[in-house]
Amino acid sequence: MAIFQSLVKKEAIHIIRDKRTMVITLLMPLVLLLLFGFAISTEVNDVRVVAVVDRHTDQTRELLEQLGVNSYFNFQGLTSENEIENLLRAGKTDAAIILRSDNGTLKTQIIADASNTTLAQTLTGYIQGVISGNSANNMMITRTLYNPQMKSAYNFVPGIMGMIFILICAIMTSVSIVREKENGTMSLLLVSPVKPVTIILGKLVPYFLLSCIILTIMLLISYTVLELPLSVSLINVIIISLLYIILSLSFGLFVSTIADSQLTALIASAVVLMLPVIMLSGMIFPIDNMPVVLQWLSAVIPARWYIDAMRKLMIQQLGLSYIAKDIIILTTMTVVILLLSIKKFKSEK
Amino acid sequence: MNSHDYAISVKELTKKFGNFTAVDHISFNVAKGEIFGFLGANGAGKTTAMRMLCGLSFPTSGQGYVAGCDIITQSEQIKRRIGYMSQKFSLYESLSVSENLRLFATIYGLTDAEINRVSQQLYTDLEMTDMQNTLVKDIPVGWKQKLAFATATLHRPDVVFLDEPTGGVDPVTRRRFWELIYEASSEGMTIFVTTHYLDEAEYCNRLSIMVDGRIEALDSPAALKEKYHVGTMDEVFRIVAKDARRGD
Repeated sequence: MAIFQSLVKKEAIHIIRDKRTMVITLLMPLVLLLLFGFAISTEVNDVRVVAVVDRHTDQTRELLEQLGVNSYFNFQGLTSENEIENLLRAGKTDAAIILRSDNGTLKTQIIADASNTTLAQTLTGYIQGVISGNSANNMMITRTLYNPQMKSAYNFVPGIMGMIFILICAIMTSVSIVREKENGTMSLLLVSPVKPVTIILGKLVPYFLLSCIILTIMLLISYTVLELPLSVSLINVIIISLLYIILSLSFGLFVSTIADSQLTALIASAVVLMLPVIMLSGMIFPIDNMPVVLQWLSAVIPARWYIDAMRKLMIQQLGLSYIAKDIIILTTMTVVILLLSIKKFKSEK
Repeated sequence: MNSHDYAISVKELTKKFGNFTAVDHISFNVAKGEIFGFLGANGAGKTTAMRMLCGLSFPTSGQGYVAGCDIITQSEQIKRRIGYMSQKFSLYESLSVSENLRLFATIYGLTDAEINRVSQQLYTDLEMTDMQNTLVKDIPVGWKQKLAFATATLHRPDVVFLDEPTGGVDPVTRRRFWELIYEASSEGMTIFVTTHYLDEAEYCNRLSIMVDGRIEALDSPAALKEKYHVGTMDEVFRIVAKDARRGD
């Protein structure tokens, strides 16, 4: 026990004395959360719209009025059909609405500048909303559950947590173990009477504690600054996050048994673990929209299941029974990766 | 003498990695208190052989005893009786001198009282009293090397394994380092040292020269020079290793 304590202390001293890493580790979650929470938003404001009307009726007047008062739109007035293309091409407007009266019914057409697809998708959605909300076409009522204001922070918080833990647990742990291999201190420990399992735990525990501190910071920000709804599911959020932290640590351990140099470890964890987390975990791009092959690939990425579970827990406020599948997959991954690492560690003898 | 009376006793020790035979049926004995040199070009199999003796690697076949313990079945007991210093004077760079000593002393099961006594003794012997709280990365390489040796012998091991302990160090510092080795040997520790500095080979009581995984020569430096009718170890090495296919 004294040996274990002194190993943990050694690692803690190492982490704390490495000021630069320490600052990056503690600041990055903060910066990322605030950046994604506030600055990066998929909301679109001040959409510039022109309209073409072939015959004014009560209906068209009402529609134009609604466009004019809606804060998402900047209604630029009427124009002629021939002008639309020039306006769009010159970038003077984002979309045009054409209203035609055909035997008493109103036919609508939206022409949007799709050079920015996100913008185009969002604004056509807005316009459709206005048109379908119009009394004559009042046939659809949309309610967005769980995140009624469609705050993008809600969407990003689970993703960022999924990313940060891979970063700290997997990358930092693997690099620090491989550094000991490179410097030769690992050999010193291995020829000493310390049991290999003590050596490994002595490496993992400090990073586990560091992750717990970071988890606390991130949850505090999420529930205060970003105003995520606080509920009984908080305890579940913590349990699943701890499971994910342990899984990430196992990944770090596994990478360290394969990599021979700190650089290899860094590249392996960054490319193999980080990129997929960002691209394929559903953090930014919805998994359902991916090609089938990528969807299969995303199934082996732990962050996908973690983020899925976190969304259900943090945003939908569901109970643990709704994420049983995610829990089973994450647990299985942890066990498999741990067994693989131990096998690899032993086979090196 | 039977194998338990030697500090190190090795019979037909072999290590294969796939089709490659890194260590090829080597046999030798090292007496207690002896300074035994283990020479060979890079890639000759020195480090692999040493790793097997330290319990870092299992032999493919053959037998070995270190400090009276079987390297295959009693590797845990061996670990308490040996000290090890690698070619990079590896200590924790971000820890201070005293923190490093304390860490390794704890690992080898020294009590707090013993740790204090031993560290004070070391600081005086190595003239490092004013460096206690300096981080290891900030002390000169010669001191690092002395400290690494002190750490490896902190627990008074029966056998000390030194893996190219003087790599990249100037001749004067190297000479001083060998004084430490002699001192440890006079206290009864057996020293097993790999090196490729041939002037250092002269300091050993006996030495072996490894070529392509086999031991091609084994005797005292004087006897080897006489056998090959040459004046320096450098020439002995060149004659013995002239047919080497591995290494540089």
